[in-house]
Amino acid sequence: MSGTTYDAIIIGAGIVGAACAYECARRGMRVLIVDRDIVGGGTTGAGMGHIVVMDDSEAQFALTRYSQKLWQELRPQLPDDVEYEQCGTIWVAADDEEMAEVRRKHEFYSQREVPTEVLSAARVKDLEPHLRDGMAGGLLVLEDAVLYPPCAAAALLGRALGHGAELRVGISVNQIGGGLVRTSDGEFKAKVIINAAGAESPKLTSGIEVKKRKGHLVITDRYPGFLRHQLVELGYLKSAHSVTSDSVAFNLQPRRTGQILIGSSRQYGAEHSDVDHDILAKMLRRAEEYMPEIGRISAIRTWTGFRPATPDKLPLIGPVQDDETVFLATGHEGLGITTSTGSARILVDYITGVKPEIPIEPYLPSRAMKEFAHA
Amino acid sequence: MTDWREFDVLVVGGGPAGIAAAACAAESGARTAIVDDNPNLGGQIWRTASQQEHSSDGAPWYARLQKAGVTVLSGKRVFDRPAPGVLMAESDDEFIELRYRNLILATGARERFLPFPGWTLPNVMGAGGLQAMVKSGLPIHGKRIVVAGTGPLLIAVAAYLKEHGAEVLVVCEQASWGGLARFAMALVSQPGKISQGLQLKRTLAGVAFAPNSWVVSAQGREQLEYVTISRAGKRETIPCDYLACGFHLVPNIELAQLHGCRIRDGFVAVDDLQRTSVDGIFCAGEPTSIGGVELSLLEGQIAGLAAADRIQEARNLFAERKKAQSFAAALGRVCELRPELKNLATSETLVCRCEDVAYSRLRSHASWRSAKLHTRCGMGPCQGRICGAATEFLFRWTPDSVRPPVYPVKVKSLAAVPTAAKPAAQAGDMR
Amino acid sequence: MPDAVTLTVNGATVSVPVGSTVAVAVAVAGVPCRTSVTGQPRGPLCGMGICFECRVSIDGESHVRSCQTLCKPGMDVRTND
Repeated sequence: MSGTTYDAIIIGAGIVGAACAYECARRGMRVLIVDRDIVGGGTTGAGMGHIVVMDDSEAQFALTRYSQKLWQELRPQLPDDVEYEQCGTIWVAADDEEMAEVRRKHEFYSQREVPTEVLSAARVKDLEPHLRDGMAGGLLVLEDAVLYPPCAAAALLGRALGHGAELRVGISVNQIGGGLVRTSDGEFKAKVIINAAGAESPKLTSGIEVKKRKGHLVITDRYPGFLRHQLVELGYLKSAHSVTSDSVAFNLQPRRTGQILIGSSRQYGAEHSDVDHDILAKMLRRAEEYMPEIGRISAIRTWTGFRPATPDKLPLIGPVQDDETVFLATGHEGLGITTSTGSARILVDYITGVKPEIPIEPYLPSRAMKEFAHA
Repeated sequence: MTDWREFDVLVVGGGPAGIAAAACAAESGARTAIVDDNPNLGGQIWRTASQQEHSSDGAPWYARLQKAGVTVLSGKRVFDRPAPGVLMAESDDEFIELRYRNLILATGARERFLPFPGWTLPNVMGAGGLQAMVKSGLPIHGKRIVVAGTGPLLIAVAAYLKEHGAEVLVVCEQASWGGLARFAMALVSQPGKISQGLQLKRTLAGVAFAPNSWVVSAQGREQLEYVTISRAGKRETIPCDYLACGFHLVPNIELAQLHGCRIRDGFVAVDDLQRTSVDGIFCAGEPTSIGGVELSLLEGQIAGLAAADRIQEARNLFAERKKAQSFAAALGRVCELRPELKNLATSETLVCRCEDVAYSRLRSHASWRSAKLHTRCGMGPCQGRICGAATEFLFRWTPDSVRPPVYPVKVKSLAAVPTAAKPAAQAGDMR
Repeated sequence: MPDAVTLTVNGATVSVPVGSTVAVAVAVAGVPCRTSVTGQPRGPLCGMGICFECRVSIDGESHVRSCQTLCKPGMDVRTND
């Protein structure tokens, strides 16, 4: 064992690490994935599991759309417990101002061949009868999907293992660099080390601007048919944009089980994983504003998670400075599930000298070093 | 605006421990309330169907409760602690905020269920479970019942069922003769228990009591039709209408955990005044140790008196409590589960009933959390209360931390925050 | 004062003693309370509001624990909602 040099060691068996492991292993690389706890047990296990296109920026669009297509390719091979459902997303417009945003998005997506539909007030209520009266309309994004993240990570990891990758869980990684990974279980050598440790990635690579952005979620009992599409308020973008203040936004997701996932919230600087009652209450009241009947349904569990957030809302994908063996695949904020496939593909393309299908430049860590100087 | 009420002493749980605690606190002058999620007080052991009639065992305590002017909040389920000194409770279509200076947790215990083939069939219930259903009106006259599992609950339930006209075919106790004999020795010091035991013996005359026995499987198409038991090493198949099967009790410690109370060996750690590790929070009854009614009543009284600052009166009960505790210790020993019970489940046997997760899927996981995330075992509405106790025995897993809501509640109840109008008094000080 | 309560379970009329729980009414009606996620019939297990196997729909509200709910005249109880 001490003599082996892996082609790649991936730190973190969350969705991004699992996707990287798969990309490496299927190219015949000798791969080791390590995690301090359980597969998908970090942010991955806490998240909503949506696969969405976003239009915040061209770079964000490119990565989300590319990744979404990769998920669609993977879909037929995904086991049942991944619960992949192409339920679509409806961006809900509460007023005329938001309706204008709907039309802008529709135009943006049309130009880029993403199928969407502008929904009138009547049509949106038709599609989602439990929305309160008076919505101005919405935008239906047809190819958006949801899945169950821990099993998705396990599925990708399973495929990696099928190509000969090795997995070690329950070991702490203390240091990475210079082709060496120092862990509680000994030292491992690798040509390439990928830091996919999500919210913990700054502990292994100094100087990267990844901060924890806490979120809350609530899951209900089974109410089949209550909700058909993922619903997001257009104000979600205002919430996701805010860099400093705590915020909530209306975001509901139907699971295949008929359970409803209620989100979302964002907090900076909150380091403990306890439920914040004020934020939880605000989030649920926001949900009641959009969908009054949700108040009457049974909530089974609440939990929190930490999104790994970067100042410019784009992940860090690519080599670090000063160490040609270490690469980053982290900082995905609330888009980790979506962009795991695309991030892994372009990173491993880059590493193996293949031209990535979408430009990697916007996500390179080196852009961060320059830009974040004044953040 | 949430409805709120404030008390000097708030007791959660309306069984013997809670009733005793509330009565003592109120008699000492504290403004006291008792809150319980069942339609009537009594918990499990003093449970009756009718609103008027109280269990005769509990009658003197109910009288004291009423005379002392305790506010009774029945049918309200405590589900969260949004801030120190505040609890949220839900009932029907409403929720209420309960503020207190001192809190006494008397949340009782639930039965332990272990999976075996067929345990999910309708009419397979817990021992306490079937008894509760009969108390709630289930007709069992002439029905054939097998009682199985472990613990004194089995005998009490068998006697109760027989008194109500059921045909109790056999009581299968998994403990060995040796274990039971040692337990019987421990009873010698408790004359009250001996006479109780003799009374039960009279009731149960004619019912086979079989130690070293357990249910191997239950069978039937749409509901239970017969059980197969292992009795002194041999298999027997017994046609029956109900199986009342439970493996002793598991303490309800979730609310204590939510408050950050220290837990020791699965029970809430308390000092001799029933104080938990959190200021102003007491715990009495089964959550501190499974010890039966006498111990629960004593712990409840001590907690109630201590919460009302009647320390000397509380201390006067220490000697009696000590005696009751030795019974509890003996009880714990006899109810130890034998290893054969780990091998009853087959690959297809469901372990998590809420999410229908089979034993085979769980076996490959190394921890509760891993199994939960990947199979959804424990993610259903029972919040792992049923499967958690089972997997603890089967795999030695310990369930993870408790988060609100402690029971499933309506989204709107979870969306309520404490009214900011008046800050809650600091828990711990008492006028 | 009547000592029986009449309600319906899946449309069929059931009469039980006053003070009975809805779980008992469902048992008397001879049907399981619910169907599990893989299609198995289920009835009450714990009898004390913890196992959730006794869930039924009462007067349009789903997931009500019937073992902790007293029967009221005219209740419309539905299993398998």
